[in-house]
Amino acid sequence: MELFDEFPSLGRTDLRDLKKGIDLSFREFSRANGEAIENFFDPLMFFMVWFEKLLIATPWPIMIFIFAGLAWLGARSVWVVVGTVVSFFMIGFFGMWEDTMATVAIISVATFLCIGLGIPLGILMARSDRLQTIITPVLDIMQTIPSFVYLIPVVMLLGIGKVPGLIAVCIYAIPPIVRLTNLGIRLVDKEVLEAADAFGASPRQKLWDVQIPLALPNIFAGVNQTIMMALAMVVIASMIGVKGLGVPVLRAVSNQYLALGLMNGLAIVALAIIFDRVSQEYGKRLQKHRQGGHGA
Amino acid sequence: MPKIKVSIKNLYKIFGSNDKAMVQHVENGLSKAELLNKHKHVLGLSNVNIDIPARKIQVIMGLSGSGKSTLIRHLNRLIEPTAGQVLVDGEDVLAMSDDQLREFRRTKMSMVFQKFALLPHRTVIDNVSFGLKIKGLSVAEQHERSKKWIDRVGLTGFEDNYPAQLSGGMQQRVGLARALATDADILLMDEAFSALDPLIRNDMQDILLKLQDELHKTIIFITHDLDEALRIGDDIVILRDGAVIQQGSPQEIVLDPVDDYVRDFIKDINRARVLDVASVMEDGSATSDLQIEAGTILEEALPMMSDADVKDATVVRDGTAIGMVTLADMIGGIARPKRHEDEEEITYR
Repeated sequence: MELFDEFPSLGRTDLRDLKKGIDLSFREFSRANGEAIENFFDPLMFFMVWFEKLLIATPWPIMIFIFAGLAWLGARSVWVVVGTVVSFFMIGFFGMWEDTMATVAIISVATFLCIGLGIPLGILMARSDRLQTIITPVLDIMQTIPSFVYLIPVVMLLGIGKVPGLIAVCIYAIPPIVRLTNLGIRLVDKEVLEAADAFGASPRQKLWDVQIPLALPNIFAGVNQTIMMALAMVVIASMIGVKGLGVPVLRAVSNQYLALGLMNGLAIVALAIIFDRVSQEYGKRLQKHRQGGHGA
Repeated sequence: MPKIKVSIKNLYKIFGSNDKAMVQHVENGLSKAELLNKHKHVLGLSNVNIDIPARKIQVIMGLSGSGKSTLIRHLNRLIEPTAGQVLVDGEDVLAMSDDQLREFRRTKMSMVFQKFALLPHRTVIDNVSFGLKIKGLSVAEQHERSKKWIDRVGLTGFEDNYPAQLSGGMQQRVGLARALATDADILLMDEAFSALDPLIRNDMQDILLKLQDELHKTIIFITHDLDEALRIGDDIVILRDGAVIQQGSPQEIVLDPVDDYVRDFIKDINRARVLDVASVMEDGSATSDLQIEAGTILEEALPMMSDADVKDATVVRDGTAIGMVTLADMIGGIARPKRHEDEEEITYR
C-alpha cells in the first residue's frame, strides 16, 4: 500500500539535480550568447532612449498640442480632445510629466512592435489550421503565466533595462492582436471570398483587397486590447528598470506613500482611457460604411 | 447548329474522402441515397453532359439539393470535379495551371452571386471596378468603364454609396454591373435573382433580357423558379439528384415533359405565356383572313382572334404561311396535359 499513500515522486536529490542542470545550462547559454543577443537589440535600445529623450525634451505645450492633434485625428470628437488636454495638463501640474512621457514612449514602441509582429502572425495563423493549433497554446501560456516567471530568463539574458522591459511588455500584450487578427480573417464572409476567386484575384489581392479590410474591425479591437494590456504591464516593467509611472508606484508600495501611489496610478488610468477612446473611435469610424440609410 | 461555347462532358462530383473510387459505383448505377448509406459519400453530380450554345441564355434548373450550384461552380473551377471535362471554347478548364485559371477568370468568365457578395467597405463604383482592379487597370480607366455599366443597370447617382445603403435589388444591379464590367463573354449567374422579391425579380429579368438583346453574352443562369427559367431561358436543363433529366427549349419542356418529375414542375405554370402559335398549329389553311406571326405566344394570340371575331387564323413566318391554328388547338395547348394512360402512376419522394 506504499504506492497508495505516497505519491510516486522524483527523489529529492534527483529533483535538485534536475533543477540545477536546467539552471546551469541556461546560465551557460546566457553567458555564451548574452552579449550577442544584447548587441542584436542595441539598435532597438538606442531608438527607445532617443524616443524617450525626444518626448521629454520637447516643450510641454508642444507635446500637449501634438497629443490633442492625434486625439482629434483618431476620434474626431471635441470631448475626447478636451479630455486629453485636461488630463495631460493635470499630469504635468502634479509633477508627473517626465514619468508620463517615459511611459508613453515605451507603450508606443511596444504597441508598434506588437502590431508589426502580431498582425503578420495572425494572418499566417488564419491561413493554416496546423499553425493555429501550434500557436494558440503558446498564446495561452503567454497570457496566463505569471509575468515574474518569464522575467527571470529575460533578465538573465539581457540584464536590467529598457529592452528586457519592452520584451516583457510585448510577451504579455501581443496575444490579443494575434488572436483577433486570426479570428477576423477567418470570419470574412465566404461568399465574398468566393467572388474574389471568381474574378481571378491572386492570394495577395485577396488578402489586401478583401480579407484585411473586412477583418479590420476585429484587428482594431485587437490593437485596442494590446494597448490596454501594455499599460497594465507598466508597474511590472518598472521592476526591471523601465522608467516611467511604474517607478513611483513601486516606491509608494514599498514605503506606504498613499498619495504618491494614487496620483501615479490615476495618471496610468488617464492614459489608458485616452488611448482606449481614441483607438475605439478610430475603429468605429473605419466601419461607417456598415451603417444603412441613404446618403453617406 | 449553333456554336457550342461551353461543353460539359461526363462530369462527376462526389463529396467525401475517397471520391475517385466512388465514381465506379455510381457508373454501375448506385443511387444517391445508396451511396450515402453504404459508402458515406455524397453524390453531387452524376455523369452530367451539357453543350451550352454561344450567345444564348442557358438555364439550369432544379430544386435545392439537385446540384445546380455545384455544377455552375465547376465551370470556373471554384469546385474541383471528381471526374470529367469542362471545355470552354475547346479549352479544358480543368487542365489549366493556377496562373492560367486566374487569367481565364479575369477575362473569359464572370459571375453574379445569389447573396450579391459585394465588398461592404467599397463604394458602388469601386465594387463595380473590382474585376478591373484585379486585372490591373489604372483607377481612372476602372472608373471610366465602371461608370458606363453603372449607367446601364440604372444606378447613376449612386456611385459613391456603400452597399449597405442600397436595397437588395440595387445591390444585385451592382453585382450585375461588376460582372459585365470585365467584358467576359461568359456570364455565370447563380440564383442571381432568387433573393429578391417578385416585383424586383421581374425588373431584374427585364434588365437582363434587355442587356442580352444587345450584348449577346453566353449566360448560364441557375434558378429553382420555373417561371423565371421559361421567361429568360433559350434552353433549359433540368437537374435532379445531380443528373440531367431533360434538356430542351422552354416549348419542348412544356409540351413534352420527359417524366413525372418534370411534369410536376410544369403543372402550375402559365402555359399560354410560354407556348407560341407555331407549337400548336396544324396543316391546312384557315377560313379567316387573320394572320399571326409564328412566334406569338398564345396569351397574345387569343385576344387577337377574339378581337377579329374569328375561330381560326393563318400562321405566318417571314410573310409566308406555314400552317393554321384554331381556337380549339390553342385551348388544347393551354390545358394541362393528362398523364399518358399506359404509364403507371409513379410516386416519388
